[in-house]
Amino acid sequence: MAIRSFLILFLLFFLSSLHPILSLYEDQVGLMDWHEQYIGKVKQAVFHTHKTGRKRVVVSTEENVIASLDLRHGEIFWRHVLGPTDVIDGIDVALGKYVITLSSGGSVLRAWNLPDGQMVWESTLQGPKHSKSLLLVPTNLKIEKDNVVLVFSYGRLNAVSCTDGEVLWKKDFEAESLEVQQVIQCPSSDLVYIVGFAASSQFEMYQIDASNGELLKHESAAFSGGFLGEVSLVSSETIVALDSTGSILLTISFRNGKISFQQIPISNLVEDSLGPAVIIPSSVTGIFAIKMNAITMFIRVMGEGKLEVVEKTNHETSVSDALPISEGQQAFALIQHAGSEIHLTVKLAHDWDGNLLKESIKMDQQRGLVHRVFINNYIRTDRSYGFRVLIVMEDHSLLLLQQGAIVWSREDGLASIIDVTTSELPVEKDGVSVAKVEHNLFEWLKGHMLKLKGTLMLASPEDIAAIQSMRLKGSEKSKMTRDHNGFRKLLIALTKAGKLFALHTGDGHIVWSHLLQSLHKSEACQHPIGLNLYQWQVPHHHAMDENPSVLVVSKCGPSSDISGVLSFVDTYTGKELGSLTLVHSIVQVIPLPYTDSTEQRLHLLIDADKHAHLYPKTPEAIDIFQHEFSNIYWYSVEDDNGIIKGHVLKSKCTGEVADEFCFDTRELWSIVFPSESEMIIASVTRKSNEVVHTQSKVIADQDVMYKYISRNLLFVATVAPKASGKIGCVTPEESWLVVYLIDTVTGRILHRVTHHGSQGPVHAVFSENWVVYHYFNLRAHRYEMSVIEIYDQSRADNKDVWKLVLGKHNLTSPISSYSQPEVITKSQSYFFTHSLKAIAVTSTAKGITSKQLLIGTVGDQVLALDKRFLDPRRSVNPTQAEKEEGIIPLTDSLPIIPQSYVTHSLKVEGLRGVITVPAKLESTTLVFAYGVDLFFTQLAPSRTYDSLTEDFSYALLLITIVALVAAIFVTWILSEKKELQEKWR
Amino acid sequence: MALISRFLLLVLLFTALVVSSGSGDGFTINGRVKIPQGLGTKGFALPGRTSNIKVILNGGQNVTFLRPDGSFSFHNVPAGTHLIEVAAIGYFFSPVRVDVSARNPGKVQAALTENRRGLSELVLEPLRDEQYYEIREPFSIMSVVKSPMGLMVGFMLVVVFLMPKLVENMDPEEMRRAQEEMRNQGVPSLANLLPGGGRN
Repeated sequence: MAIRSFLILFLLFFLSSLHPILSLYEDQVGLMDWHEQYIGKVKQAVFHTHKTGRKRVVVSTEENVIASLDLRHGEIFWRHVLGPTDVIDGIDVALGKYVITLSSGGSVLRAWNLPDGQMVWESTLQGPKHSKSLLLVPTNLKIEKDNVVLVFSYGRLNAVSCTDGEVLWKKDFEAESLEVQQVIQCPSSDLVYIVGFAASSQFEMYQIDASNGELLKHESAAFSGGFLGEVSLVSSETIVALDSTGSILLTISFRNGKISFQQIPISNLVEDSLGPAVIIPSSVTGIFAIKMNAITMFIRVMGEGKLEVVEKTNHETSVSDALPISEGQQAFALIQHAGSEIHLTVKLAHDWDGNLLKESIKMDQQRGLVHRVFINNYIRTDRSYGFRVLIVMEDHSLLLLQQGAIVWSREDGLASIIDVTTSELPVEKDGVSVAKVEHNLFEWLKGHMLKLKGTLMLASPEDIAAIQSMRLKGSEKSKMTRDHNGFRKLLIALTKAGKLFALHTGDGHIVWSHLLQSLHKSEACQHPIGLNLYQWQVPHHHAMDENPSVLVVSKCGPSSDISGVLSFVDTYTGKELGSLTLVHSIVQVIPLPYTDSTEQRLHLLIDADKHAHLYPKTPEAIDIFQHEFSNIYWYSVEDDNGIIKGHVLKSKCTGEVADEFCFDTRELWSIVFPSESEMIIASVTRKSNEVVHTQSKVIADQDVMYKYISRNLLFVATVAPKASGKIGCVTPEESWLVVYLIDTVTGRILHRVTHHGSQGPVHAVFSENWVVYHYFNLRAHRYEMSVIEIYDQSRADNKDVWKLVLGKHNLTSPISSYSQPEVITKSQSYFFTHSLKAIAVTSTAKGITSKQLLIGTVGDQVLALDKRFLDPRRSVNPTQAEKEEGIIPLTDSLPIIPQSYVTHSLKVEGLRGVITVPAKLESTTLVFAYGVDLFFTQLAPSRTYDSLTEDFSYALLLITIVALVAAIFVTWILSEKKELQEKWR
Repeated sequence: MALISRFLLLVLLFTALVVSSGSGDGFTINGRVKIPQGLGTKGFALPGRTSNIKVILNGGQNVTFLRPDGSFSFHNVPAGTHLIEVAAIGYFFSPVRVDVSARNPGKVQAALTENRRGLSELVLEPLRDEQYYEIREPFSIMSVVKSPMGLMVGFMLVVVFLMPKLVENMDPEEMRRAQEEMRNQGVPSLANLLPGGGRN
């Protein structure tokens, strides 16, 4: 009895020592994860360099970010990501300490503290009608000792106090169709001009006293030719505009409140007509620029409305705004492309021929053209002016040029990733030299001794620092070759700018980047848009010497019937292997599960006319395809009409041009949702490359349930059309959410469930035989997550051993999608606290490891939640057997354990997506979350059961072994002695 | 009776002025985020540093930031029931349900959705602070003993030094009985050693 109780005690002790370590220690940050912060393509930049102290530049970007950057290194001092609809219209610095931002179409004005980014005040501006919004921070304008900001938005001019955001006065511009163009401050007076067009042929000018908002003068003049687009301000009382045909330049002067037009046809300035012109908006005194086709012209405005062309160039050119440098002098920067170099010129506004600065800088071709230029000056030690220039490139990167060199650059294209895929790294070829091993052994031992010191708390602060740096450096981590565990891979990311980046999973550095030529604006393709990335060629068995490649699918414009573009990129080198501008459009891309002898994957592209096109266009591909011709099914979801259709291939195309890679298709089935009661808001299917390890699930009472695993399952969620809007505009009675599970081969609805009083947005993830979806419950006013698991009932009788023995089972019968298996579903719903931005599920190499849901919350964090919490078999009082199976007692809401945030204390600002890629090691999966920031980490949902953890102490193991050996000797000697004594007795 | 009076009290509390009808088509929700001093001193957001806290209306429809005193406001909000969430690293905030009534502007009901607690005024406080890292326990002899290697050594020592003693101290009678029992059971399985299975 005593022995048994002792053993029990011992076992309990042993089990209790295996407490789960799900999360990270603080000193492990950066060991397996990396985090990169970006801001996006810069729209506007304001320098703040006058004061002593840290020099900075405040920028606003197309990702709705405002940020303060260190001008020396380009690092972020602070940054705020505004809401997705809160587009920034203008920024400026006021009083030298506040950053003023105007956003949301001119309705929100905020002030931020320049040193630390704390919001100081916020005010909302409203007005009678929609209009262009303009922000003006006048210099030296004070109302009752209060500096003011002038904002024109919604047809109203507001003067807002700089210190507290209060509106001091406002003035409506009721003129029905005033399209405001500029708000101009008169130098050396409190007058403000507002100029704009009305009724397309009327020029309007208002003169306003900025101290009280009084309208002093209102003049208007008609011009029969109409106006086109932008205007250029050439002095505080003169603007230049174009007529509606783009062929006549108008110089409009409103000096002293009198409007006068001067029209000069462009053909008078240049001999050859080059088509319609466009004004490049700028604000340089006396000079403006127009662009005609590829030619850029700089025109000087002489007195009396005379114009003179000062330069004509066919190089790509960008101009900055004017920068006042001293009394009455303005400088501006000009950047011209010439081959692989860019020429930076800084000129004075009144002196075109003299250059203040002329530099050539070698520029990486992969950055494309210069899109925007911002200039700033500093005073050199010899009291002359030096200039620094911030440029925004076509690939959205941001560079600072100073003294003929690039001081720093930021790859801000990575803030707008469209799609991500992964690629393997090359296999290591050379053997490792012996000397290296010896050196490594010594280092290794040293490292482990240090670690042991650390564990035993004997390490000095220097030692701790050494340990930390040693762990973070991880020489192995960022190697450019494949590893055993499959942790090192390339992340291939396609960005909005049409640039492809390869990031190393070890530390996130950019291995290569390539601006796709096929996504470059051209005659044939006016507005190229990148769509998706697909694995084109993944050599592993044969064709090992081929490099893997990816397929980039893009199209030439936003409409669905515009022609598509394919390009193929080598993932080792980043070279574009080729590109195709297609004659047909691309609506859907279906990667087929077949590869040819060079491991190129077959892809089927569906166009807007419902023809299917096979790629690659090789005879071999068509051979393979013909074999599987009748086994190819796909579906299409038409959100607008509420129809889901199933398709199948019919025959070769019957067009006028014979094309053996084109096929006609046939509609197989369709499901029409009644448009008055249901609207499709989400559809999700299983990942095609997902691996399922086991088809059955053994439940507590030794019973077996067979998972219904089909690649052709589709999850569809519909809501009442009234409830399709945002939360807060519908009552629970008039909103419902209906969820369907549909077989996409037969169109059979396997399961349908209605959630009354619920609405979208729905985020869902489908894996194995279950789907988890997140929606809003209006009755409880909380978010809910539901799980549906689907089981195959027709195979349930196979459990009978006798049937197995007698061969009466149906295990060997072929599984066809046309058979109608009897399925049962189990489902359950739980409350979940947060709104969602993205949801994904971990995937591992063999699918043995248990799954975790990766939930991107509204706070831009990624939470890992065990699938066990979303088990439909959870009950309030699980039986002993169920407890042993690992069923958690039922709770009404899902737990949020702070330690299971995979992003720990970091945020992935502007989170848009989470992808998971299996590593070769079964226990581990790689997680990549992207948005404005990027975050990567390794995750082991069931802990690393197949490898030693990083903090495993080898030294402790050695000590134990030594101790054991010593103990053996001691006991041996003792027993010898005892034996001797026994014999002497 | 007590229930009714409590209900009345709640209604009275709810009528505090949080919503004001603004000009234009919507209402304005004003509120404040309060982070108690002392909470989260070990956390990552420094106490009082509110510049990185976002307040989110209806799952991302509007996003706003905190003023230095912790106050925030949403403008042009239509009448209806809305959800406000606070995203702050280091703290767990419950989403708040806010009812903006069209009929009597100025009346508001706010309640935490996590625990259904009503709020008399829209002052949001974290329910708890969030610790994202495991705390590394300081080195103790127990942790070495508890590690697999420590257990190995420990078990060995027990078997070597304690087992003979146990066997020695046993009553020969009981010893025989134990041996008998063992023979009867055959191979001892782990299951009947466990509290649940070993009921014999």
